Amino acid sequence: MSAAAPARRLLPRPVREFLVALPFLLPSMVLFGAFVFYPLGKSVYLGFFISNPFRTRQIYVGFEQYRDVLASSDFVSTLVVTGTFTLYTVVPALAIGTFLAIIANQKLPGIVIFRTIFSSTLAASVAISAVLWLVLLHPSIGVLNDMLGAVGIPAVNWLDDGGWAVGERATGWDLFAAWFIDPNWALISVSLATVWMNIGLFTIIVLAGLQTIPDELYESARIDGAGRWSEFWHVTLPMLSPTLFFASVVGMIFAFQSFGQIQILTQGGPADASNVLLYSIYQTGFEPPFRVGAASVQALALFVIMLGLTLAQFRLVGGKVFYR
Amino acid sequence: MARVFFEGINKRFGDAYAVRDLTLEVQDEEFFVLLGPSGCGKTTALRIAAGLEEPSEGDIHIGDRLVTEVPAKDRDLAMVFQSYALYPHMSVYNNIAFGLRMRKHSKGEIDRLVRDAAATLGIDELLKRKPGQLSGGQRQRVALGRAIVRRPQVFLMDEPLSNLDSKMRVQMRAELIRLHRELGATFIYVTHDQVEAMTMGARVAVLNEGRLQQAGSPQEVYDRPENLFVAEFIGSPAMNLLDAEPVQVDGKAGVRAAGVDVTLPDALAKQLEASGASALVMGVRPEHLDLSVKEPAAAFKGKVDLVESLGSEQHVTVAIEGASVIARLAASEKIEHGTTFQLAVAPHHVQLFNASTKERIGP
Repeated sequence: MSAAAPARRLLPRPVREFLVALPFLLPSMVLFGAFVFYPLGKSVYLGFFISNPFRTRQIYVGFEQYRDVLASSDFVSTLVVTGTFTLYTVVPALAIGTFLAIIANQKLPGIVIFRTIFSSTLAASVAISAVLWLVLLHPSIGVLNDMLGAVGIPAVNWLDDGGWAVGERATGWDLFAAWFIDPNWALISVSLATVWMNIGLFTIIVLAGLQTIPDELYESARIDGAGRWSEFWHVTLPMLSPTLFFASVVGMIFAFQSFGQIQILTQGGPADASNVLLYSIYQTGFEPPFRVGAASVQALALFVIMLGLTLAQFRLVGGKVFYR
Repeated sequence: MARVFFEGINKRFGDAYAVRDLTLEVQDEEFFVLLGPSGCGKTTALRIAAGLEEPSEGDIHIGDRLVTEVPAKDRDLAMVFQSYALYPHMSVYNNIAFGLRMRKHSKGEIDRLVRDAAATLGIDELLKRKPGQLSGGQRQRVALGRAIVRRPQVFLMDEPLSNLDSKMRVQMRAELIRLHRELGATFIYVTHDQVEAMTMGARVAVLNEGRLQQAGSPQEVYDRPENLFVAEFIGSPAMNLLDAEPVQVDGKAGVRAAGVDVTLPDALAKQLEASGASALVMGVRPEHLDLSVKEPAAAFKGKVDLVESLGSEQHVTVAIEGASVIARLAASEKIEHGTTFQLAVAPHHVQLFNASTKERIGP
C-alpha cells in the first residue's frame, strides 16, 4: 500500500478523478452509445447514400439527398402539419390537465377516486386508445356523429376529411386560413385522440406541481384580501410556472414523437393531411420503396428541430419561469 | 377598539380536540402571548382568530364585531407565519404591496405606504430583491412589513422568530416590542419559547392539550402557577417538584418531602388544611435553593450529581433522598462533583399542589 501511494500521486488530480468516475459512467455510456450515439452517427452516414430496398447496393450522393429532401414541398407540408399538430395537442391538453389538476387538488373526501379517473388515460396504451377513438369517430356508427346529429349538426367525415387544402398542396398561411371554411378534420381527429391520451400525464404533472405550493401562501393571500381568481393568478400560476414549462416541453416532444394514433386512425391521410414528420419518416424508410437514406435525412431534421425548439423554449420562456 | 374575545371556542379535528372550551379576552392594544408545547392548540386558536379555521363551537369577537362568520380578509387583521409565507416569485416591494393592491389602493398611495413600512423596518434597500435572495432575518422583516403596511387593528404572529438564529431572535424580540409600541395595535403572539413569552407579553396564556391552563402577567404565571403543568412548563431550569405529605412540625403545620420537614407560613398552612389534601407535590424554584439561609429554613442534604456552568451562574443537580433537585447558584461558589452538601429553602418560597387534582394550594 505504501508503495502504491506515491505512484498514484504521479497523476494529476483531475486525471485521477476521471479514472475513478469512469467505471461509474461506463454503464450509461455503453447504453447511450449503443442506442443513441451510434444510430445518430449511422443516420448521418446513411443520408449520404441512395440505396435499393435492402441496401444491397448503394450509391454515394453526398449532400445532394439532404438538399432534395429538405427542399421538397412534401417535407415542408409535413413540417406544417407537425407544427399544427403540436399546437393542437399541447395547448388544449395542458389547459385541460391544469383545470383537472386544480379540481383534483381540492381536499375533499373521495378525491382520490377523481384523481385516479383524471389520470387514468396515462395507463391506456396508444394502440388501445387509438382504436377506441377509431370507433368514437366512425362516420356512421361513431358516438360523436350521433351526438352532433342529436343537435341537428350534419355528420362529419372525421378521419377522411383533410379539409380545403388537400390535393392543392397548399401550405402555411393558406392552410391556416382555410381552417375556418373547411377544417382539416383528419388532423383535428388525431389531435383530439392525442389530447385525450395526454390529459392523464399532464394532470399528474400539474397536480404534483400544485402540491408543492405551501398552503401558507394561500392563507397569506386570503388574509391579504385575494379572492379565488387572484389566488390563482398571483399565487398558483407563478408557482406552477416551472411545472407548466416542463409539461409543455414534454408535450412538444410527445407531439413530435406521435406515431401509433396516426398509424391506426389515418395513416397520415387523406393525401398527407395528417402526415406528421415522424410518420413520414416511417413511410419513407419502411414502406416501399424503402428510401432509407431519405428517411435518415428526415430523422436528422427531426432531431435538429426538436433540439432547436427545446433550446428556444428555454431561452424564451425559461427566463420568465420562477424557480425557487 | 380591537379587543379579541374567544368565546367558548371548541375545535375538533375528527374525534380529537385541538382547542377545548377556550374563553379568553385579549385587551385592546395588548401584547398577548399564547404559550404552550407543540400540539397544545395555540396555533389552532390563532388560526381561528385569523379566520383560517372555523371553530366547531363558540364565537370570535374582534372589537365590537362578531366575526365568526366573517372571511379572513374582512377581519382587519394581519398574520405573520412561522415560515413567513412570502410570495417567492414577487419582489420584496410587491410582497408588501400585495395586500394593498388586493384592496384597490391607488398606485401613489401604495408606493407611499410600502416605502413607509420598509423604512420602519429598515428594509428600504431590499425592495427590489426576491425573498430567495434574503437572509432569515431580512425575510422576517419583509413578513412584518407585509403585515404592518395595511395598519390593521390586530396582528397575529405564529412563532415568527423560531426560524432565526439565537442572536437574531434576541434582536427581533426587541424590535417587535418597539413595533408594538409604535403601532398601538393588538398583538397576539404564539410561541413555545417561554423566554419570548416572559420578555414580550404583557399577559401570557399557557395552553396544554387544547385547554387554557392559566392566563396572567408573566410574573404572575411564574410566581403563582395554578397547576402542576404550568409550574413545570414555566421556568428554566424547571421548578423542582417533590412528592410530599402533610405533617406536624413542632406543633405547627408543615409538609415532609424527601425526608425533610418544612414548616409552612400560616396562610399556606390554613389553605392546606382547608383543601383537605393528603397527597401533595411540593415545588421549589431552583433559585430558591440556597447554600445558606438566614431565616429558619429546611435543608436538603445530598450529593452533587452534575454541575452545569453557564458563566454567569451554575445549575447544580443534587441527588437527595429518593429524588434529585436542581439549584441555581452563583458562579463564584466552588462546587465539585461528588461532594455532599446542604441546600436550604425558605418556607415562604415553598409552593404546594394537590397531587390528585394537580391544582395549586395556596394564595
